[in-house]
Amino acid sequence: MNARVLDRSLLYGAAIFLAIWVLVPFYLIAISAFTPQAKIFDYPKPLVPTSLSTDTMQFFVEARGVIPSVLNSLLVAVFTIIFGLTLGTPAGYALARFRFRGREAFQVIVLATKMFPIAILSIPLAVTFLQLGLYDNLVSVALVHTAMALPFIVLVTGGVFVAVSHELEEAAQTLGCSRWGAFLRVALPLALPGLAAAAIFTFVISWNEVFAATILTLRTRTLPAQVLASLATSPLAYKFAGGLFMVLPAIVFIFLIRKYLMNLWGSR
Amino acid sequence: MRARTEQFLPFALLLPSIGFLGLLIVIPMVQALLLAVMAEGGGFSLENFQRMFADVNFSDAWRNTLLLLILIVPLQIVLALCMALLINSRFRGHGFFLYVYAIPLAISDLAAGILWLAVFTERGYLNSTLQNAGVISQPILFLSFDNLGGILTAIVIAESWRATAIVLIILIAGLQLIPRDFFEAADLFGANRLRRTVHVVLPLLRPSLQSALIIRTIFAFQTFAVVFALAGRNMPVLAGEAYTWYATNRNEHVAAAYAVLLLGLTIVATVVYLRVLGLREAEVQR
Repeated sequence: MNARVLDRSLLYGAAIFLAIWVLVPFYLIAISAFTPQAKIFDYPKPLVPTSLSTDTMQFFVEARGVIPSVLNSLLVAVFTIIFGLTLGTPAGYALARFRFRGREAFQVIVLATKMFPIAILSIPLAVTFLQLGLYDNLVSVALVHTAMALPFIVLVTGGVFVAVSHELEEAAQTLGCSRWGAFLRVALPLALPGLAAAAIFTFVISWNEVFAATILTLRTRTLPAQVLASLATSPLAYKFAGGLFMVLPAIVFIFLIRKYLMNLWGSR
Repeated sequence: MRARTEQFLPFALLLPSIGFLGLLIVIPMVQALLLAVMAEGGGFSLENFQRMFADVNFSDAWRNTLLLLILIVPLQIVLALCMALLINSRFRGHGFFLYVYAIPLAISDLAAGILWLAVFTERGYLNSTLQNAGVISQPILFLSFDNLGGILTAIVIAESWRATAIVLIILIAGLQLIPRDFFEAADLFGANRLRRTVHVVLPLLRPSLQSALIIRTIFAFQTFAVVFALAGRNMPVLAGEAYTWYATNRNEHVAAAYAVLLLGLTIVATVVYLRVLGLREAEVQR
């Protein structure tokens, strides 16, 4: 019995230690971003802040280019979600519903794309977009983000449609629905929560993407591109507040889709 | 007629995504090659590659990228394996811990670099804590240009902290594929936890470990923003040089040469892993 208690406490001890390792940087960036600007260079700093203020966050938000870059990031993410779900949902549905020749080959393509360094391709793409007059344009950033998110969208939507019973669709068809009608009225509403999760994960990919966004824009910066491009010249207060600003929505969204996390990297 | 449409329907559904990926991957790959082998004035030449290799930062960037890869990837796999095995023991509250461990999944490499900058910067929380504890009497310059060890440590910690979550998700998914009977059978034969892990779980987890290894290696070649956030240009890496040649030096040809190099490294790493680890196609698909 004693061995069992020891075993349990070791287990929980290790689990809590690892949780602290993950959570501590979030705590530190949060207190850094809410430390008044005048106190950012205080040394040594206490681990429990003595004074908090929104001064530093305000400085960041009011800095030149920040608000437009947040709006740009949101727009790029929305475009990416629209492009990605439009292109990816049919493929996910096909993988879930049909056995066809080339199915395996398509899965290998999806897997290879998931691992492919697409961000690096933004260098040649920038030259192409320049020639097409699409350089420094949010749509072209969204296109690259779509290519990055597409394999994940196909996998998640595939998993979602597998979970939606095929028989319900067939029943709707025997009752007079067309194939398309059955999809629209039966499968799609049932798949909606899963599709929303795919959309949220797409948002996170796009909101976080740095390399392509920085290469493909000059004035129309997204938030990470704006922060990265000004790293060399910006004061610590700006970086800390910017860091917290980038992290917050991502945490909220990952909380919303925690049930679907396994479908993203895991199976297949 | 109906059967006929049914037969073509799946291909019609796949076409948009295949077409799009083809357009956005194959064309820029060709374009990268063309840019890299074209002289600035036009005409075929290897001068871009020569400029890349002769650049002062090239050998440093090459060394640093490999060093980071060698340090970060094994650390991530070990850390993620510990987390995954803990979660898989299904103790009460394991769902909560899984969520906590997965949070960095949503954090960009840039944000991770900035988070750890708050720790490692001269008047940051690491120096503050050491000073308060009386370990040091003045701050250590972890991120100074002449402290390569300090910079490396900070980057390794930040990147391991962030990307361990990705490995974790891959491993957890792999563990879920192992039937519970295997664990019970091992229990029946009296295997203790460590032996069970080494002899039963790890061999069955091999496909997931392999795909985690490949994915993390490939992405380690692209390490960039976390380095810029912590070290600025004090620590050149390959992807950072590609960015600098494009954005600062405004030379898309040399930048493209870097892109070709990175794509080549990706392909070589994948092939080497597949050969060395004897990965079969069936396993890749998992």
